[in-house]
Amino acid sequence: MKQIYDVIIVGGGPAGLAAAVGAKKEGAKDVLIVERDVSLGGILEQCIHPGFGLKTFGEELTGPEYARRYIKEALDLGVEYKLGTMVLEVGDNSVTGVNREDGLFVAEGKSVILAMGCRERTRGAIATPGTRPAGVYTAGAAQRLINRQNMMVGKTAVILGSGDIGMIMARRLTLEGAKVLAVAEIMDYTAGLTRNRVQCLEDFNIPLLLNHTVVEIKGKQRVEGVVIAEVDPATKKPIAGTEKLYECDTLLLSCGLIPENELTAAAGIRINKITNGPDVNQFMQTCKPSVFACGNVVHVNDLADNVSEESERGGRYAARYAMGKLPAGKEIPTVPEGNVRYVCPQRIAPDFPATLFFRAAKPEKGAVVRVLADGKEISSRKLIKINPGEMEKVTVKPEDVSGAASLTVRVD
Amino acid sequence: MKQTDVVVIGAGAVGSALARELSKYDLDVTVLEKNEDLGGDSSRSNSAIIHTGYDAKPGTLESQLVVAANPMYDKIARDLDVPFKRIGAILPAFTDEQFAQLPALKHKAMMNRVYDVEYKTGAQLLEMEPNLNPSVKGGLYIPRESIIDPFLLCIGLAENAADNGVHFLLGTKCTGIKVEEGGVTAVETTAGTIATKYVVNAAGLYCDEVAGYVGKNDYYVTPRKGQFYILDKNTSCKVGMIVLPIPTKVTKGKLMCPTIHGNMLVGPTAEDMLDKTDKSTNAEGLASIAADVSKMIPGVNLRDTITQYCGLRAQRNPEGLNIDIYDDLARYVNISGVRSTGLTGSVAIAKYVVDLMLENGLRATFKTNFNPIRHGTPRFAELSAKERAELIARDPRYGNIVCRCETVTEGQICDAIHRTLGARSVDGVKRRLRAGMGRCQGGFCGPRVIEIIARELGISPEEVRKNEPGSEMLTGAVRE
Repeated sequence: MKQIYDVIIVGGGPAGLAAAVGAKKEGAKDVLIVERDVSLGGILEQCIHPGFGLKTFGEELTGPEYARRYIKEALDLGVEYKLGTMVLEVGDNSVTGVNREDGLFVAEGKSVILAMGCRERTRGAIATPGTRPAGVYTAGAAQRLINRQNMMVGKTAVILGSGDIGMIMARRLTLEGAKVLAVAEIMDYTAGLTRNRVQCLEDFNIPLLLNHTVVEIKGKQRVEGVVIAEVDPATKKPIAGTEKLYECDTLLLSCGLIPENELTAAAGIRINKITNGPDVNQFMQTCKPSVFACGNVVHVNDLADNVSEESERGGRYAARYAMGKLPAGKEIPTVPEGNVRYVCPQRIAPDFPATLFFRAAKPEKGAVVRVLADGKEISSRKLIKINPGEMEKVTVKPEDVSGAASLTVRVD
Repeated sequence: MKQTDVVVIGAGAVGSALARELSKYDLDVTVLEKNEDLGGDSSRSNSAIIHTGYDAKPGTLESQLVVAANPMYDKIARDLDVPFKRIGAILPAFTDEQFAQLPALKHKAMMNRVYDVEYKTGAQLLEMEPNLNPSVKGGLYIPRESIIDPFLLCIGLAENAADNGVHFLLGTKCTGIKVEEGGVTAVETTAGTIATKYVVNAAGLYCDEVAGYVGKNDYYVTPRKGQFYILDKNTSCKVGMIVLPIPTKVTKGKLMCPTIHGNMLVGPTAEDMLDKTDKSTNAEGLASIAADVSKMIPGVNLRDTITQYCGLRAQRNPEGLNIDIYDDLARYVNISGVRSTGLTGSVAIAKYVVDLMLENGLRATFKTNFNPIRHGTPRFAELSAKERAELIARDPRYGNIVCRCETVTEGQICDAIHRTLGARSVDGVKRRLRAGMGRCQGGFCGPRVIEIIARELGISPEEVRKNEPGSEMLTGAVRE
């Protein structure tokens, strides 16, 4: 292995692969991906359902098929990679990793790209009381066991949370002969994509209980049942008297994803409190100029295609930085307002075009998206509906932004 | 029939400490444990504090043994490679009423001969613990209150006992005790009868049932539930010491302290129950923790919870630590009333019990080859870069990190499985190494740990359990 690279990428999932492709296409010579799993592809390797690639390739692929395309492209372009390798520390221009073959090593990079993805919220984080039996899995862990390790997690299941993986796993369990009694969602709308609600729940007659949550887990050794109660839509507190026991041996949790930023925080990079990812500009550059970040480590995306697009862009700019071709300049903040929970990038270089991604705080019909520069409207667009589960975007041009001190994205 | 000199019933902290103490003598010792792993029930779900005994009831056996035990831990932790730290405790008073109680609490500490307890002003306490409620008026400082890894304490004691010749029968329940001519002669178990000269009842929560086998159940045990939160290592509001509330007549109250591994621990509740197997948490109990602890530490952020758990204290009725021998029942020792101070007291209880047995006819001499030292599994997360590199060079499996949150390697998991009294389950691996105890709670490493356990034990993945029989993690292959 070389000791000095142009670009080192932490993570070989959809973000890391696209970033590597982007960096190579932009002219970076030596690009290294460091991946902790036994293969490249990341979470895509366990996403054996279709629905990937519509935006990127104009055809519907499974997760592994989608990953293959990027892996092939990256390898054809000469990207190097290390598998089974955990990164322990990220510096401004270095990555410390460990694996079986090299032991503990330090690789130097002119720029570093963080592409660690995200992890699932756990039972502890959602504070579900009850016993602690076997049979409580996050939806993603169950997906790995079933799709990659050929191990079935249970026979009768309840799913808490209507995230995309939860809904996809409701269908997957059903297809493999398990009975899914219900998907309980504490909010009054599904957390994931509408298409998953239709294709994974409705098409399989799996009951979706909105405004419901699991209030108790029962069973001493293995899950024997869960108690589901209706919640008050305003307070989200369970309504006494609505508790109902669902006898099952498995509870899957699909209660949200959290960007995986232990390395980022340890490197002293500023983390945004709403996205739980690093603050970036439109080049996907963090507050440390040599460190870039892209994909779900920055903010949780709903489509792999969006991750790829964003990450390829991040890879290109990281390569430019490595080659000394990304000038530092003035930056202005982007501000969410009205029914906008966050805007990513959180700051932009106003002299360059930028695409602003944002999520709504709550579902709304007939909403208007407006972009304002120092309070002055520069664009406006009417949406049929906006949903927190689906990311939206607007593009801004340098001529509209020039001279402004801040940029606001508003939904009303 | 199997023959032994001493049967110890229970491999919690007391049973394990007893096993190790007995292993210093030329005796054949057998320990029965109904659970599949070491650590009993109460010994593995508690506040993980090594107490000083400052607040025990003066003059009691509990006071005597807990106070004696505390200074023993520096050496025991070192010998057995158990993480242990003397971080100290504070007992802050926020109301005039609480403040007025401080002299009496200090006097109690003096009566218990814990002479290093000191008064601190409110300003001093705030300097020591900046996240305290600023209305603190003053309080006590108890410097030798300490924290430990409770799993590794039990495992360390038991492993070292086993390395010194003690037999452990795990997953084996005592179902009866045979008495002949006024003395015990054998123990009946789910794995057959064991002839023995001596029996020690260290069954904790179930010691009343075991005592019932020999008609010495002149007391009964009820579980007193204690629910806890464990917060993320990165939680916004931390404490550096054990912050204890001023006790009330009913309970010692809910505390906040760091764990030996850097998480924050908040709790426990104290709820008297009847079912000794009910380890469930409940919304009311958890809510009461939030309400009480935030009075002392207003910034405590329970949204940073990574898990919650429930432990059962063995509440003796009538209460009090009792270590009994009987005129009409030779060679039987009954230990009862080991409650929240039991983890601390265990090592002194063990010495007291063995001495009591020697005084009452047990004939034994010391072993010439007793080895007090246990080398634990290397803790990769705590090693320097040089030590890590050396370890991987020796065994490349230490280069494969399986649990990313707690930085636990495949090499460690294999060692924990294959060592004396090794891990047999997902929880067994977790308790020994912390794999799955971090913020993702096994979301990442869980599927990988199942694979490694199955491979190393030569069993199929669907036979891998979380802990006890019936807790199988999987239901079979998806496809043949």
